[in-house]
Amino acid sequence: MADFGFRLSKSSTIDLDKIDTSVYDRLCKTDPDVKTCMACGSCSATCTAAPFSGMSMRKVILALQRGQDVRPMLSKCMLCGKCIMVCPRGINTRHIILSICRQYD
Amino acid sequence: MKDNIVIIGGGVAGMEAAKQLLSLGYTPILVERNSQLGGHVAGWYRLFPDMTPAKDIIVPLRLDVARANVFTGTRVQSITPERESYTIVLDNGISIEARAVVFATGFSLFDASKKEEYGYGVYDHVITNSDLEAWFCGKEDKRIPSDPKAVGFVHCVGSRDLKAGNSQCSKVCCTTAIKQAIEMKEKFPDAEIYCFYMDLRLFGKKYEDFYINAQRNFGVHFIRGRVSEVGETIDGRLQVKAEDTLSGKPLKVQLDSLVLMSGMSCNEGVRNLARQARLDVDDDGFLKSSNNIYGILNSNRKGVFYAGACTGTKTVPETLAEARAVAVEVHNYLKNG
Ligand code: SF4
Ligand code: SF4
Ligand code: SF4
Repeated sequence: MADFGFRLSKSSTIDLDKIDTSVYDRLCKTDPDVKTCMACGSCSATCTAAPFSGMSMRKVILALQRGQDVRPMLSKCMLCGKCIMVCPRGINTRHIILSICRQYD
Repeated sequence: MKDNIVIIGGGVAGMEAAKQLLSLGYTPILVERNSQLGGHVAGWYRLFPDMTPAKDIIVPLRLDVARANVFTGTRVQSITPERESYTIVLDNGISIEARAVVFATGFSLFDASKKEEYGYGVYDHVITNSDLEAWFCGKEDKRIPSDPKAVGFVHCVGSRDLKAGNSQCSKVCCTTAIKQAIEMKEKFPDAEIYCFYMDLRLFGKKYEDFYINAQRNFGVHFIRGRVSEVGETIDGRLQVKAEDTLSGKPLKVQLDSLVLMSGMSCNEGVRNLARQARLDVDDDGFLKSSNNIYGILNSNRKGVFYAGACTGTKTVPETLAEARAVAVEVHNYLKNG
């Protein structure tokens, strides 16, 4: 068959029927507060690491809910805990980061 | 004395309730702690969604209730439940035996200085929604620059915020922010206006039109991200930080003036009265209605009724509607027991 130079690229659609949210589901058991995140971005806005590394706690939580791997982003966190201070829902974000890491131990 | 009705609070709720009770033939006793009737609305300039001047609501109401027994500059010192009535003692020494009591005690504006990261009372150009209305009304305010290049509005200040002790949405401040953004743009056409929001809650008739108008005709910028902190630059401008959650990047901008949309908190002083009268207080600190659908105006006790923002955040038209309805509730209660 002639090669037209086209490739099928992987679909970027998030298929909610197929994603694996087991990391998030386990996290909801250890840190149920994570379920109340309203994606306001306060944590990311105040994050010491964010401007240079792209770290965003809001994105970490969203990525987990969508079944994506958060390890590359988590490795940027310096565990300074600043994000806890600003969360309007009172979520212990730093503890959540440690809980996720523990799952990968 | 037999049918004494005491209305606690002389804002729009209390005044409208008094007006309706007067037209039903009663002479209610209206008690207001401030020196003038009018409550929060009296300090506002214009009201959404039609830019109605607040004084068009307040001035006629003040005239309407003149025939009631009005005590201004007076606080309720105590309220004691009796068998079929309540004994109410005012701080001027007057004691009243009331068959029916209407709480129209409203809300307290959240004290924005409690959110230290926003710098209210610390930085020179941070004000609240209420300060801005006072300035619109003609009050001088040095914190508002004469020729601002950029003005920001922070939504949800002291609302939807567990740490500020108020997890509820204050409901009116999204629309108020957009109203004030438009008004600022009218005053300063060359200024850039930014609204920092988490969700835009424009639920009422004509409110969405406000949003479209702000976008289409006034070029207001809407940034979806909660402001995390405010700082001051060496030349005295404000530096605001948020996450631009829609592009997923940290964002900063320099402003000449920042307006904090302080939310509605429960009126702390009322809790003491509620305890004395053995009224249920809800977990949000507001007075607890007997039912949130069909019993909003009813307390857990016979003879005690609620109108307006004492039970939760309300718009002005909602408050007026409740005040009218509470007059009928009181009337039926006095007639039928
Ligand atoms: S603990 Fe991590 S995510 Fe939170 S502010 Fe510090 S570096 Fe950022
Ligand atoms: S500050 Fe809290 S609610 Fe806001 S995005 Fe971060 S974790 Fe979620
Ligand atoms: S109405 Fe808007 S600004 Fe006010 S608390 Fe609700 S979401 Fe926040």
